[in-house]
Amino acid sequence: MGGRDATMVLLDENGIRCDGRKIDEPRKIVIKAGGLKNADGSAYIEFGDNKILVGVFGPRDVHPKHMSNTDTGILRVRYHMEPFSVGERKRPAPSRREIEISKVIKEALEPAVMLEKFPRTAVDVFIEVLQADGGTRCAALTAASVALADAGIPMRDMVAAIASGKVADTIVLDVNNEEDQAGQADMPIGYMPSLKKITLLQLDGVLTPEEYKKCVDVGVKGCEVVYELQKKALHDKYFGNRSN
Amino acid sequence: MATVSVIDELKKAQILELLEQGKRLDGRALDEPREIKIEINAIPKANGSARVHLGDTDVLCGVKIQPDRPFPDVGDKGMFMCTAELLPLSHPTVETGPPRDDVIELARVVDRGIRESHMVDVSQLVIEKDKSVVGVFADVVAIDYDGNYFDACSYAATAALLTSKTPTWEMVDDQPTVVEGGEKQLPTSTIPVSVTMGKIGNHIVVDPNGDEWASMDCRVTITTDSDGHIVALQKGGSDGFTQDEINECGDLSIKVGAKIREQLKLAQQESQ
Repeated sequence: MGGRDATMVLLDENGIRCDGRKIDEPRKIVIKAGGLKNADGSAYIEFGDNKILVGVFGPRDVHPKHMSNTDTGILRVRYHMEPFSVGERKRPAPSRREIEISKVIKEALEPAVMLEKFPRTAVDVFIEVLQADGGTRCAALTAASVALADAGIPMRDMVAAIASGKVADTIVLDVNNEEDQAGQADMPIGYMPSLKKITLLQLDGVLTPEEYKKCVDVGVKGCEVVYELQKKALHDKYFGNRSN
Repeated sequence: MATVSVIDELKKAQILELLEQGKRLDGRALDEPREIKIEINAIPKANGSARVHLGDTDVLCGVKIQPDRPFPDVGDKGMFMCTAELLPLSHPTVETGPPRDDVIELARVVDRGIRESHMVDVSQLVIEKDKSVVGVFADVVAIDYDGNYFDACSYAATAALLTSKTPTWEMVDDQPTVVEGGEKQLPTSTIPVSVTMGKIGNHIVVDPNGDEWASMDCRVTITTDSDGHIVALQKGGSDGFTQDEINECGDLSIKVGAKIREQLKLAQQESQ
């Protein structure tokens, strides 16, 4: 975690990455819908070594009242990392990074949630990163979509998310922590596959115009894979043979 | 500015109607930014400064360069940091107190665009490895608002950095000490240019003004470097883009950015 090994080979001659994956292969993703007793909806995701828990409350009364909107419901998102989730202890108070990520995740979810059906109310999404290993905002957004669906909130689509990036001059899917630290570019993408809309997009790193378009394309295709896992998580909870 | 008034709702209908005909309220083409005025060295006490008008959006950046202790894990690199703040006199909705999430986003997006382009060569800003390095701080304040703070702040910071002069320091008795007559140009390489595009209905407009900003469904800010590469991107706002739109915005950012870069270069030359 956070280890920067100068001798690490990011991509070997056989096209295998530092953690043994192929260039278009995501890490192991396990999504579980539900799990929290008190939340109206919840989800848990393991995305490689990321472990993230999401709880959703609402639609419910807005406090403070002045935040409420008579035309529509509002969505509030808090993305928060536990102090023990990263290599060096993180101060528990929300950092500027966490505030920005909360905002981009909120704006990524807003197009999906039919907030106009619940004027004067709020839907609160609480994201807790229990362990982080690169790509937390995408994993969090993916899990938050499942938690919103689990809460029974009407949605136009779910947002699936994954990062593409450039590592060792190659466009790859799902950048992990080592690749993010040592790689050349990281592009988190959130996408609504049924509506074909990109609702989260960020980039840092240098890309040619062609690489840029390829990165978007690889990310969108990756989101479609994640989307199937989101649907499976909901299916398992509501229609599947549950062993628990 | 997240507030939307009744007027904004009415204006949005008008803006959309015009866009259907390929027109904008202020007569610009869809891919046309507003006039950019760059005043270099607006604050002579700073090591570099620039006041930028992007239409009626008015921002000021001052660069301060001073010795600092390096971050523990990167003792062989100087520091670069860019901040942005909306002054309470810039708009009635801006309040004093800790920054809201939109201002934090603004500051981080402006910082990221310049940082990821590697414009400021931090490896040249070391006085003594692991002991003392040079810190370059570009602080941008917004003075007046008519949409698109992102690009105005980015141009101001870039222009100020391009024209910054830095003292030279050497270690004397374990303290960084200014070398007499050692003032030189701040080492910079590429020129990053951010281009913000708003989506209104199915239309993409470059450099949204205040009315367009209040009416748009979502936005994307893309920063390109002198090689025409894309170095940073941020999507914002409560809707989404199609993949084609994102590709189009990428092309637009390179095309529009190239022209603005020429203007920044000109400002740099004129200051010398």
